Amino acid sequence: MWLLTEPVGLSHYLIVGAIMFVSGAVCMATKRNALGVLMGIELVLNGANINFVAFGSDFLSRNPSYGIGLDGQVIAIFVIVLAAAEAAVALAIVLNFYNNYSTVDVDQADELKG
Amino acid sequence: MESSIPILLGAAWLLPLVSFALILFFGPRMGKAGKGASYVAIGAILTGFVLSLIALIQWSQAPEGQRPLTDNWYTLAEFGSLQLTIGYYIDTLTVIMFTMVTLIASCIHFYAVGYMHEELHDVTDHEVTLSDGSHLTRPGRFHRFFQYLSLFCFSMLGIVISGNIAMTFVFWELVGICSYFLIGFYIERKSASTAANKAFIVNRVGDMGMIIGLMVLFTTLGTFNFGDIEDSEGNKTAGIFAQVRPETGHADEKHGGESDHAAVGNQQFILTGGGAPSGEGSEDHHGHAAPALIVPDGMVKAAARDRIAAGEEPNEANIEKWRGEGLGHGLLIVAGLGIFCGCMGKSAQFPLHVWLPDAMEGPTPVSALVHSATMVAAGVFLAGRFYPVFTVEVLLVIAVIGCITLFMAATIAITATDIKRVLAYSTLSQLGYMMFALGVGGWVAGMLHLITHAFFKSLLFMCSGSVIHAVHSNEMTDMGGLLKKMPITAWTMFIGCLAIIGAGVPLVLNLGFSGFYSKDAILAQALSFATQSDNGIYRLMFFVAAAGASITAFYMFRLWFMTFLGKPRDEHRYEHAHESPKVMTYPLLVLSFFAIFVATPSFTDFFNNSSAPLTGALEEVHPVGSHTAHSPLLAAKGEPAMIIPPEHESHVGMIESMGMSIHAVAGVIAISTAMGGLLLACCLYWWKVINPAEVRDMFKPIYRFLLGKWWFDELYDKTFVKPTFFLSRLIAGTDKNIIDRLIDNIAAGTRWFCTGFDTWIDRLFVDGLVNWVARKTYAVGLALRAVQTGKIRQYIVLIVVCTVALFLLATFGFAG
Repeated sequence: MWLLTEPVGLSHYLIVGAIMFVSGAVCMATKRNALGVLMGIELVLNGANINFVAFGSDFLSRNPSYGIGLDGQVIAIFVIVLAAAEAAVALAIVLNFYNNYSTVDVDQADELKG
Repeated sequence: MESSIPILLGAAWLLPLVSFALILFFGPRMGKAGKGASYVAIGAILTGFVLSLIALIQWSQAPEGQRPLTDNWYTLAEFGSLQLTIGYYIDTLTVIMFTMVTLIASCIHFYAVGYMHEELHDVTDHEVTLSDGSHLTRPGRFHRFFQYLSLFCFSMLGIVISGNIAMTFVFWELVGICSYFLIGFYIERKSASTAANKAFIVNRVGDMGMIIGLMVLFTTLGTFNFGDIEDSEGNKTAGIFAQVRPETGHADEKHGGESDHAAVGNQQFILTGGGAPSGEGSEDHHGHAAPALIVPDGMVKAAARDRIAAGEEPNEANIEKWRGEGLGHGLLIVAGLGIFCGCMGKSAQFPLHVWLPDAMEGPTPVSALVHSATMVAAGVFLAGRFYPVFTVEVLLVIAVIGCITLFMAATIAITATDIKRVLAYSTLSQLGYMMFALGVGGWVAGMLHLITHAFFKSLLFMCSGSVIHAVHSNEMTDMGGLLKKMPITAWTMFIGCLAIIGAGVPLVLNLGFSGFYSKDAILAQALSFATQSDNGIYRLMFFVAAAGASITAFYMFRLWFMTFLGKPRDEHRYEHAHESPKVMTYPLLVLSFFAIFVATPSFTDFFNNSSAPLTGALEEVHPVGSHTAHSPLLAAKGEPAMIIPPEHESHVGMIESMGMSIHAVAGVIAISTAMGGLLLACCLYWWKVINPAEVRDMFKPIYRFLLGKWWFDELYDKTFVKPTFFLSRLIAGTDKNIIDRLIDNIAAGTRWFCTGFDTWIDRLFVDGLVNWVARKTYAVGLALRAVQTGKIRQYIVLIVVCTVALFLLATFGFAG
């Protein structure tokens, strides 16, 4: 199966979602800057959102009765709201961290290590 | 015709039980200080007496009055073939005994109201000293006394009415426990509680034998019943008597021909000819043989069990053959001796006589009851009831024991100074007479003496109680000259004394006090027995009995003279003495009437009999005609056959060498020995011709021997009590020093071991496991600690890697 020759369908969305997810994960794993990590988180969440939306779309589903329907969209919105809330909290932490340590390097934040 | 007699007697029997139960539950609340209890008890026993009297009159008039009535009222329990029942066996003896017991008990109840009046309020017992030197003061026990009296009467009547030997045994023990309660009525006194224990324990010795007898009877005969019991389908189960003396087939050869029992049919063998409806039989009730005693089939089989096991068929012919060989005879002897052993304990026969004198610790009404109508009478009664089962060997034992008892007790009574003890020994002696009479074949004589003795002995005891009540002392040495102070007591007691010594005019008039007839009959029978066989011992027994009569007269009048005549020995006591209240003297008068007349011949044809109504009535039921010893035991020893003559012989028999009838000789001997004793007593204690003190000094060793009561108490103390104590101390010592110590040591060892082992197990396994888990958990924690690096990027990588791994696992690991 050669995707580029196919008409745009579910698989394409899933691939895009997967790429976004992996990019986000890699970003989280590699960035030492806390803000970078937060961005990676956004990527991961939105990669997942794409999946939800894709699964919820009647157009993309070959057999609409197997899709998750409107629920996909609702969950996606839910995730966006969560991401916003999470970003707010995380940014507050980062800001505090910066106040105390004058840096946003996550590697410096290892006081809780075992 | 369904007779109402069993119902009458049953009611008379149960009434005292009702009274007992009522007093038991409501006694203290009955009237002031429980005085109402006496009314309840008296009401019960008096109604009982009236019912018994009605029964007696019915019995004497009913045509079937001759025939014992027997049936079961109630089955207590059945274990296999063993039936424990409450039943009745009523013959003339039962009815007479019922009337006698209830009459005497009624008198004693009335008397006790007066005698026990001190118990109505708090009592200070001057014989009990407490540790602080004061005397014990306790609440009165008036109601309790009457409660026990009622139970006592109930138990005694139970023995009399009982239809089987197992029921007899139950009431036997009840009588025992009642005597225990009553002898120990002043339980705080050491002497009273000891005496109660003694009475109870000595009786146990006799009961041991009785149980053996019961076991033999039951295992071999398979029944406890005296008479034949007919069940609802009309099947008859032969009772003990019928098995021992069956109607047909085994009649003694000597009398077989003249036995007219075929005419009586299957009715009670216990009848002699007198009971037969056939005309000529009723004229002469003597001389007919009762069915001879045979060893019952059951006993023969039990004795021949080895042969049966060896394959011999226990059929009729074989049983007959074995019987001929004497098999089972031993069992019959054991049964008889066992039952007699019980009688020996209850009737205080030598060698179990020691409890009776000590029983004087109880209140005097109890002594009167115990010595006349209940306890000791029970033993003689049972011996009389069981008479058909006694073999001649057993009878010989009974005669010898009775003879020893009568002589020994009479001699001890000579030296006793306690007024009640003199009477107690005289009771012993008279009981000896009864047993002796039974032993020599004088069933009627023995039973007659039982009844006459009950009257005059209760009279004597109640008189002595009246005296004690007046002078507050038991010792005759504190009395004297009381005739003026208490004439009724003195003269009624005089009557009692005359009755007990058997005063009367023999030969021509043949009239006398009640004791005259019974003692006369006993001596006549003894003489008849002695003349039958050429054996010195048998003759000696007659002379001992005659000598006993003389001693009886001596000590009875010694008692009377010392108490009522002469100068007062204790002025202070004499001044305070007074005649007893009417409630005490009236019973004395009633009893003295009976003491005189109970055995007197009457001219009315009361029992269709020419002799005394009582004697006649007894003669009609007397169970045994004659015994001739075919005893294998005696024969093996080369002894001459022992012949027990029928009682009839003692009336008509002659002594050839003297040319006089046995009865006349015996009568003359009896009265002359008695008068001799009386004369001696007069010489010593009334006319004071001879000084008793000098006589005492002259026979010092004998006097001391008698004063020491033949040293039986000491003998038993040395032979039984001390060794028992020694043994018990030994066993207690073993228990304490060896067994207890061993157990203590084992316990200590176990404790020690357990403590160690427990600690070890705890430390090693329980603690060890817990610690191990803790250590491991700690190690794991320590190992996992390295994982938490605090590097967020590592975590993320870890999450990713783990997620991928989970996916891979889910895809390839579980998918298949």
